[in-house]
Amino acid sequence: MSAAAVLPEPPPPKTNYLNVSYGVKSWLLTTDHKRIALLYMASITVMFALGGTFAALIRLELVTPPGDLFQAETYNKLFTLHGVIMVFFFLIPSIPATLGNFLIPLMIGARDLAFPKINLLSWYLFMAGAGFAAWSLINGGVDTGWTFYTPYSTAFSNTHVISAAMGAFIAGFSSILTGLNFIVTIHKMRAPGLTWFRLPLFVWAHYATSIIMILGTPVIAVTLMLVMVERGLHLGIFNPALGGDPVLFQHLFWFYSHPAVYIMILPSMGVISEVVAAMARKRIFGYGIVAMSSLAIAIIGFLVWGHHMFVSGQSVYAGMVFSALSFLVAIPSAIKVFNWTATLYKGSVSYDTPTLYAIGFIGLFTIGGLTGIFLAALGLDVHVHDTYFVVAHFHYIMVGGAIMGYLGGLHFWWPKITGRLYPEAWGRVAALIVFAGFNLTFFPQFILGYMGMPRRYHAYPEEFQVLNVMSSAGASILGLGYLLPFAYLGWSMRYGRAASANPWGAKGLEWQAASPPLTENFEVQPVVREEAYEYAHAPQERAVV
Amino acid sequence: MWSGFPLFPEQASTMAGRVDALYIALLAMAAFFSVLIACLVIGFAVKFRRRSPGEIGVPIHGNFTLEAVWTAVPLAIVIVVFFWSAEIFFSMARVPPQAMEIYVVGKRWMWKVQHLSGQREINALHVPVGVPVKLLLTSEDVIHSFYVPAFRMKKDAVPGRYATMWFQATKPGRYHLFCAEYCGTKHSGMIGWVDVMEPAAFQAWLTGGGTGSLAGEGQKIFQSLGCVTCHRADAQGRGPRLEGLFGRTVTLASGEEVVADADYVRESIVTPAAKVVAGYQPVMPTYQGLVSEEGVMQLMAYIQSLQEPAAKGAPLAVAPPEAAPPARARARQP
Amino acid sequence: MSEAMAHHAEADRHPALAHHFEGLPEQKEAAGLGMWLFLAQEVMFFGGLFTCYTIYRNLYPAAFAAGSAHLNWKLGAFNTAVLIGSSLTMAMAVHAAAVGKRRQIVAYLLLTVALGSVFLGVKVVEYADKFHHHLVPGEHFRFEGPLARPAQIYFSLYFAMTGLHALHMIIGIPILLTLAVLAHRGRYSADYHAPVELTGLYWHFVDIVWIFLFPLLYLIPTHAPH
Repeated sequence: MSAAAVLPEPPPPKTNYLNVSYGVKSWLLTTDHKRIALLYMASITVMFALGGTFAALIRLELVTPPGDLFQAETYNKLFTLHGVIMVFFFLIPSIPATLGNFLIPLMIGARDLAFPKINLLSWYLFMAGAGFAAWSLINGGVDTGWTFYTPYSTAFSNTHVISAAMGAFIAGFSSILTGLNFIVTIHKMRAPGLTWFRLPLFVWAHYATSIIMILGTPVIAVTLMLVMVERGLHLGIFNPALGGDPVLFQHLFWFYSHPAVYIMILPSMGVISEVVAAMARKRIFGYGIVAMSSLAIAIIGFLVWGHHMFVSGQSVYAGMVFSALSFLVAIPSAIKVFNWTATLYKGSVSYDTPTLYAIGFIGLFTIGGLTGIFLAALGLDVHVHDTYFVVAHFHYIMVGGAIMGYLGGLHFWWPKITGRLYPEAWGRVAALIVFAGFNLTFFPQFILGYMGMPRRYHAYPEEFQVLNVMSSAGASILGLGYLLPFAYLGWSMRYGRAASANPWGAKGLEWQAASPPLTENFEVQPVVREEAYEYAHAPQERAVV
Repeated sequence: MWSGFPLFPEQASTMAGRVDALYIALLAMAAFFSVLIACLVIGFAVKFRRRSPGEIGVPIHGNFTLEAVWTAVPLAIVIVVFFWSAEIFFSMARVPPQAMEIYVVGKRWMWKVQHLSGQREINALHVPVGVPVKLLLTSEDVIHSFYVPAFRMKKDAVPGRYATMWFQATKPGRYHLFCAEYCGTKHSGMIGWVDVMEPAAFQAWLTGGGTGSLAGEGQKIFQSLGCVTCHRADAQGRGPRLEGLFGRTVTLASGEEVVADADYVRESIVTPAAKVVAGYQPVMPTYQGLVSEEGVMQLMAYIQSLQEPAAKGAPLAVAPPEAAPPARARARQP
Repeated sequence: MSEAMAHHAEADRHPALAHHFEGLPEQKEAAGLGMWLFLAQEVMFFGGLFTCYTIYRNLYPAAFAAGSAHLNWKLGAFNTAVLIGSSLTMAMAVHAAAVGKRRQIVAYLLLTVALGSVFLGVKVVEYADKFHHHLVPGEHFRFEGPLARPAQIYFSLYFAMTGLHALHMIIGIPILLTLAVLAHRGRYSADYHAPVELTGLYWHFVDIVWIFLFPLLYLIPTHAPH
């Protein structure tokens, strides 16, 4: 076989990971990272629909000032379940468990992740956790807020706290094992020639995310465990009646839950890097710095948890330290935004659906990140803490950022995953609807928050109604925007046009595998001889021995 | 229902204007960068749109100077914002020495306010305009948060400890009071009004009700719970004298020195064994459950009023400034 | 396209080599890194409890000392010795695997299980004793003196920390037994014994956690009041 020749693209092999075997058992007992990714995709889609339904109900209630649609306790359960499901069962797993699982071995030229069986175990743990959450839901739900603050959660709530906490606890181990798998895979299974600084930025992003998953998640696991035993067995760690400290719970909870938001956003940033590079057909500007900024965010992100507690009773000096570090953690994110923008300069930009999501991400994440500055500012946070300002901020990041990134990535790699093309026109329309609906839903909430409307309010004073109505109207548009991809992506799995191996003409080892790939990903182990995103070399050239 | 389209609550405290100024500055900064990025992104995407299927971008790898600039500029901005906001925060944390003290207990789902003169309110707080007011906050049950948007002030009321917040109202009127920490079913019902009154009207309101001063109520509890058996003015009891205690530095059995502030007094009632005074036995039983948080505050008002015999005077509506040296009391507060 | 260049021929592959690794060394390195990462997360897991302990001991030193006085330090010391012994036998099992001595692997693994079981047995005795003396936090907790309330926090932490530790041992023992069975069947040899080594790492970690727990819980000195 001649070396380094430019080969014509071979026809897709008849057998791929999807049709190599059929039957429920072949899916439920699979160890193929690609099938596991799809198992996760199905599960988190269901969870997203559930969490989204609760969001719709919340926004419906908030159209009118009095609490006239649901009873107060029901409403409290709605926002709690919305948070628990969206955070623990959608956002945390989303990109890593679906796109990460699918793509990381492909991107580094490996046949699978380092521990395929542990990967499958991860999914089962996720399902077990979801099972506990479902049990809690079916039996009447939980109303502590997704933050489980004590002593409300340990001594006062009448709802199914333990099963909900157990669900999050078990799902946490799913997360830890995924992160563990990724780190070992990236360290030990890169193809020959694939040095660290030739890795795709998607891989760097997941590496940083995995650090957080491994080191942060156990802390919330043990904290939820303490809440469960305090509630169930009356072991009183956070009980003020025993001299326990409810604020200690907050420290332990946020020690994980702040880095957790970086688990939610870093993978999305990785997607954006890939999409921008592919859609502009050039390397991301400042590749090395963008890679390092992911690590910086992960590390500094562990040091800022106290910014959730500026008014909780921690000392003024602790507040100062956390505020300063919180400002610092914004800088690497800003650097990324500037680098992505600079990448577009003198690029060759196509306007496909992934591009639209990426551009939307950059805009919305910028706004979300900047409003984080407002919250890091001590004197200002006192006013807006626990108001809709915070709600708007984190939804800009998690929905405007993370979910846009997920959808953009889903569209970008859809041909690779399914071997089909989605209908591009629908894709663009949906992206625009999502963008418009999103802004209408959440921008008014910044104003509401500064006006003083607190979070988690079932009923509110009349003067807040206009903005609430706007927000709810936006939510209906956003919901429509989400239903569309569900419909046309589902349609495309059966009726979409067959995709070639590299429909975007992008660089990256995953585009050299077939669409959809073989179970073992590559027929021959790739050897890497060029830098990442080397668009100057023709995209069809396969770097193969 | 709504006059125009309000974007800000009223500015009704000395801090409100400062907080709003920072907010507006940040809004301007955020708007600038958002618009800048949006224009650049959309501008580049349009100007450099792909014109032929095989076209690729120009391989520009990076530019160190540019990276340095767009790292340094945001860094400089956040440093400025940090110092500005920290300064405001310090002002919020530094209670003025002559502040008028009012006790607040959050309890599901109502705010119980006690003025030192004995006036009690529920879900309402009457204060005079132009006078610094210090709230001593706690909770009977779960965490609540006392939030007055018009003052731009908020503080969590945590069970098991005291929190302080202060404000000085600048405009008479009625302002929203919200609970801002989720506390269960009627969290959104735990709301009320802060009434800021002209000083004369406030005085009139104060004298118009209340059974007895807070300290007087505290004295009744002191007697009925038998505290007086051990804490005797003649120092013959098994517990330390309480005259002149408040604000004084106390030496504990462990050798540690602490200031006898509100937290210390509360802890001594509720978890007496935590800090035992040097020279005394750890025999005081706990009164947790025997006295409510409001009762503890009444006891505290009483103990605060216990002066050394030479300086003895009747408890006042405004806390006696000499009894509580501000510097040391401040050092102990969270 | 032949796969010969990318893989060894099927017959050459070690039976324990997974299909997605090139060779045993790569697999072993990956497994090793995986175990170390797992132990890092265990450190964070226990770390949350140690944080609570540090904060509360600082707040209530007298109560912690009084609570600790109710623990039988001799039993604790015995258990410490037992666990250190079990780490020794575990290390011997790993060594036996490294030199391929099948019977010794099994023997040392079983000895480790035995010692671990002794440890757990002593813990059962201690827990039962606490139960009888009404020192289990909750409704039936009784503690004489004014330190009762913070002492309950001490005992809550005692049960949480030693309970979590015991859970890790309860999980470890069946793993050791499985290894012993597999070792008996000749699964491990000089060139493949990674599972024994990695389980050894886990077992040593559990031991180290106890070495911190013992002095922190059992050996808090009581200062005589003056």
